[in-house]
Amino acid sequence: MKFLRKLLDSQAKHFEPGGKLHTLYPLWEANDTVLFTPGHVTKGKTHVRDALDLKRMMITVVIALIPVMLFGIYNVGHQANARIAEGIAKPFIAWQSDLFVQMGFTHTDTLVNNFMYGLVFFVPIFLVTFVVGGAIEVITSIVRKHEVNEGFLVTGFLFPLIVPATIPLWQVALGIGFGTLIGKEVFGGTGMNVLNPALVGRAFLFFAYPGQISGDQVWQATDGGTGATLLGQAAADGMGALNATWFEAFSGNITGSIGETSALLCLVGAALLIFTQIASWRTMAGIALGTALISSLLNLVGSETNPMFAMPFYWHMVVGGWAFGAVFMATDPVSSAFTEKGKFIYGLGIGAMVVLVRVVNPAYPEGMMLAILFMNMFAPFIDYFFIQGNIKRRMARNGL
Amino acid sequence: MEHYLSLAIKAIFVENMALAFFLGMCSFLAVSKKVETAIGLGAAVTFVLTVTTPLNNVIYNTFLKEGALVWINPEYASVDLSFLTFLTFIGTIAAAVQVVEMTLDRYAPALYSALGVFLPLIAVNCAILGASLFMVERDYNLGESAVFGLGSGIGFGLAITAMAAIREKMRYSNVPEGLRGLGITFIVTGLMAIAFMAFAGIQL
Repeated sequence: MKFLRKLLDSQAKHFEPGGKLHTLYPLWEANDTVLFTPGHVTKGKTHVRDALDLKRMMITVVIALIPVMLFGIYNVGHQANARIAEGIAKPFIAWQSDLFVQMGFTHTDTLVNNFMYGLVFFVPIFLVTFVVGGAIEVITSIVRKHEVNEGFLVTGFLFPLIVPATIPLWQVALGIGFGTLIGKEVFGGTGMNVLNPALVGRAFLFFAYPGQISGDQVWQATDGGTGATLLGQAAADGMGALNATWFEAFSGNITGSIGETSALLCLVGAALLIFTQIASWRTMAGIALGTALISSLLNLVGSETNPMFAMPFYWHMVVGGWAFGAVFMATDPVSSAFTEKGKFIYGLGIGAMVVLVRVVNPAYPEGMMLAILFMNMFAPFIDYFFIQGNIKRRMARNGL
Repeated sequence: MEHYLSLAIKAIFVENMALAFFLGMCSFLAVSKKVETAIGLGAAVTFVLTVTTPLNNVIYNTFLKEGALVWINPEYASVDLSFLTFLTFIGTIAAAVQVVEMTLDRYAPALYSALGVFLPLIAVNCAILGASLFMVERDYNLGESAVFGLGSGIGFGLAITAMAAIREKMRYSNVPEGLRGLGITFIVTGLMAIAFMAFAGIQL
């Protein structure tokens, strides 16, 4: 550790004002911050002393994501290898499958094989996300002379988890590029964006290249033998057509985007985030309540032509991106509502919207992404009312 | 009743004037700096839409449509005055805006001065003319056009207030110099339209 500190300190002079490499200061600063706690203090008049800085906050989210990520990698392999071993599908035609075989693994449904098959798909997506997104982050930091900060770390971990394993890598680059640049950097970087950057990137891909990120061919890393996600099946043929039990869907033994299949592990992540008070339980409770209310209402209304009306709320909560979105996406402290009561309303809105999009809109079987983006957009509006109410109350209290 | 409800929902969300058709952009971009004025403009637009769309419907069906004049004399069955549509609709809208303007000037002078030139400019707001023209194109009856006008207005109001709240929040953002003001507003409008795509494809 001392060696690293000395190395960083000895090189600092090149990057500080007047140094040869001053333009690259954000890069040096980023390395310094990742390795050590920086000694910076606030320059303005306001000063909050708190152990929970941006770095710790973001790292906690990443830790909460790790179980989801590991299971997601395993599940990609498991879903594919199980079908391949049964003989109903062939390995996905891509260099990733060749690499898998050349490394000496086989398509049998064992822990190691599954994990490795998942890894050959996940690692390239992950690397592309970090190389492209990170490059954009560093370049904008240098141009705009602000620091590279940890905000991108979380976006970079979230983005690979919400795309299907079979997504072409150039689309990953495009998506994360759009998300980082238009979703975040044009607003001035971490903490200043309006919408969740990872979701902006995914929404961009979703509308630009629907063939690779929706439908029933992309969710499983195999050639042939793939099927619709549970939501797709329910939308097409009704609840009776589901090929998984509730518990399978809850534990994550289903196809879907890489990281969002397991509601159970999202719950584990939620526990950590709520315990450390990084994510708001009000948002999550609001989403759960909104989903329960609207889906129960739709159950009561019923429909003869649309089988999705019959989906009960406890199914809504385990399929698609519901759990992942509710725990990791909607609670993003920057793009959600700021006021405490507002967070609850914001959550209710997401819960209601996700059910409505899933059930009423035949164009999209999945609605979590769009529901969160939609409410991100209205979050400042919700805050506005609570802040104005607060101002009025305090004016009245003080007799102004 | 259900028909009217679904028409209203369609007008508010699925076919949002500002974020699905990008109509009325000039006032959408210019008056969305503060939530209060945005709510004011939203209310004014809603009022004008609710009044003018059914009014234009009546005028169109009694005077302008081909063969509409038969109620005067059966000989007029071949008369088609629909080339006057734009002119008449704008006239009706301008009259309604005048009423709003006078009311606001009298009862809410602060809002009146905050809206400034954009209040009389509602008269040429394409969202409002657009609603009347959609009404003609889709053959709405009187009740339907009233609901459609109200829904379009609420949808526009909702979009512009959300935009204003976002822009108030963005005062704390460090937007690149070249994008400050209108540039970032255009980008936000685009992102908002992506979020509104959640409703695209809903059949009601």
